[in-house]
Amino acid sequence: MLNLIVRRIVATVVTLFLISVVAFILIQLPPGDFVDAYAGKKTQGGVIITQEELDVMRVRLGIDKPFYHQYLSWIGGVIRGDLGFSWEYHRPVADVIAERLPLTLLLAFCTLVFTYLVAVPLGIYSAVRQYSIGDHAATLIGYIGLATPNFLFALILMYLGQKWFGMSVGGLFSPEFEDAPWTLARLWDLIMHLWIPVIVLGTASTAFQLRTMRATLLDELNKMYVTAARAGGVPEFRMLMKYPVRMALNPIVATLGWELTNIISGAPIVGIVLSLPDTGPLFINALLNQDMYLAGAMILIYCTLVIIGTFISDMLLMILDPRIRLEGRS
Amino acid sequence: MSNERHTAANDKKVRRLDIATHWQLMWWRFRKHRMAMLGTAVLGIFLIISLFAEIIAPYDTHTRNTRYLQGPPMGIHFFDNNWNFHPRPFIYGRVNKRDPVTYRLRAVVDTSLRIPLRFFTRGETYKFWGLFKSNLHLYGIDKGFINLFGTDQLGRDVFSRLMYATRVSLSVGAIGVFLAFIVGIFMGGIAGYLGGIADELIMRLMEFIRSIPTLPLWLALAAALPRDWSALKVYLAVTAILASIGWTHLGRRVRSKLLSLREEEFILSARLAGCSDARIIGRHMLPSFMSYLIVDLSVSFPYIILAETSLSFLGLGLREPIVSWGVLLYSAQNIRTLAEIPWLLISGLFVIIAVLAFNFMGDGLRDAADPFAK
Repeated sequence: MLNLIVRRIVATVVTLFLISVVAFILIQLPPGDFVDAYAGKKTQGGVIITQEELDVMRVRLGIDKPFYHQYLSWIGGVIRGDLGFSWEYHRPVADVIAERLPLTLLLAFCTLVFTYLVAVPLGIYSAVRQYSIGDHAATLIGYIGLATPNFLFALILMYLGQKWFGMSVGGLFSPEFEDAPWTLARLWDLIMHLWIPVIVLGTASTAFQLRTMRATLLDELNKMYVTAARAGGVPEFRMLMKYPVRMALNPIVATLGWELTNIISGAPIVGIVLSLPDTGPLFINALLNQDMYLAGAMILIYCTLVIIGTFISDMLLMILDPRIRLEGRS
Repeated sequence: MSNERHTAANDKKVRRLDIATHWQLMWWRFRKHRMAMLGTAVLGIFLIISLFAEIIAPYDTHTRNTRYLQGPPMGIHFFDNNWNFHPRPFIYGRVNKRDPVTYRLRAVVDTSLRIPLRFFTRGETYKFWGLFKSNLHLYGIDKGFINLFGTDQLGRDVFSRLMYATRVSLSVGAIGVFLAFIVGIFMGGIAGYLGGIADELIMRLMEFIRSIPTLPLWLALAAALPRDWSALKVYLAVTAILASIGWTHLGRRVRSKLLSLREEEFILSARLAGCSDARIIGRHMLPSFMSYLIVDLSVSFPYIILAETSLSFLGLGLREPIVSWGVLLYSAQNIRTLAEIPWLLISGLFVIIAVLAFNFMGDGLRDAADPFAK
């Protein structure tokens, strides 16, 4: 088992390295650099900028150096916790992100919890009461949840909230709590706002997990050991929880990493639509302005989150499923 | 006697099953799946819309009804205010009046003005598929404008724009899936057939791509496109970007199928007969798992459509003058516009319906792909 863990850690580190290269290449891709974007903006504003000034700026920013040189200086900084300087915000990238990252993490965590809290019981119900009205309803909602793009779902919720409840769905706090110190009332306000992005982000994953749970549990329920347990007189609910549900949980745990990928992947666009003060709008604005260090750092962080998630789900699976543990030994 | 006839009929049925081709078996099985048939029918309608967008849409994407800005959808009526039935459907006319409070010009429904709908009527001139000039439209009215789904901020007909957008969105999906298909077959084919180091490398590459959150990656790639590119160039580039990440599922499927087929005897006999590698893959292996590939294709279609919609919605994907579902939703981005012009969300409805239809069809195909399974 130790062998397996070490192998997984090595693989994770290699993936992280590759991702840092990809992130850096992506950031270098846009034609023109930050200096060009900066010059374009200034010229639009009526300020005249000479070529010499731009060149000086390039040298100062280190943009004139070759690719690998820029990469090495960037990744060296990243390892030391220095993510570079955001030219858009005129502040270190690490500071800009640090302000908003906790919210993204909170959102991702709440969404994961929501997904499993809803999907697992509903999946069990759907499988046990196959073809009941509840099962059909869950299937239908699942289909629609999978088919609706996150941002559209957010738009519709916003529209309905505005129309029927006259409340602003966007943002994380009501205006009166925006800059208030942390109190219970503010926390409550946050919770009242947080459930919307959580539902928006979580619906597709919930639908997917629900279907997986239902399908695997249905398979398990047909197996002989279930009949044997019933014949042995184990109460139905206890039998269900103790044997088939445990088996059916394996694929759910195995896809935890994917779920995290989905959530992280969907978060930026939902953040934009609901104007959340999380990393989403930050990331997309950075891309639009070609604020390369900020965008690169964001991609790196998103990917790292996902890789850590996958790693954790692998470890969990190893604990849950002895077959995988034994495989590592041989 | 009757019993004998019964067995004869039964025999015939059995024989029919025995001599049916693989595709026939698949079709029989697919036909039984009602939701899949429904999904296919819906997709058929979408296909007709995208083929004949110019005829179905009464106007071009940029024709403006300047007297009806942000106008709500015009309802089609059969009964007038006095419940008189009119066999020819009609819409009510609109008159512009000043709002007594805001002094803004507002279009008001004038129920005294009945404008009958005309079918297969002459209207705006267009070039069908950019080839033939015509002015035939599915429907229209004699004078003025008809906006079944209302108009946007500039007074452009939402219905017409939606028809053209359907063509664009589906074509992005189709081209994207096609590109992903080619790359997937190629990479999966190399990995599965050659094995060894090539297999290892390609598998690692696929795993790597799958471990990256796709949307941020797509966004970053799309943001890298030069801003001064023409809309058409952006369209092609966006499609290629979507395909560049979407191929991994297909690649994985091709690889695993090839690996299992490689051991089959008919492949061995083909090799003994002196077939080249390319011929063995293309002529003997591909056809035997084509049905599975079609399932995967139909499943990856909605992903590409959703991705395109998301990109365009953020302003990083397609852009005017090319309209897609996402481009239409782009103008519904903020809550104030949404509150004033909720009918812009109709394009969102189209997205949901299309994705649902693809999912249902995919489910049916998945069941049908293996007609011998119970």
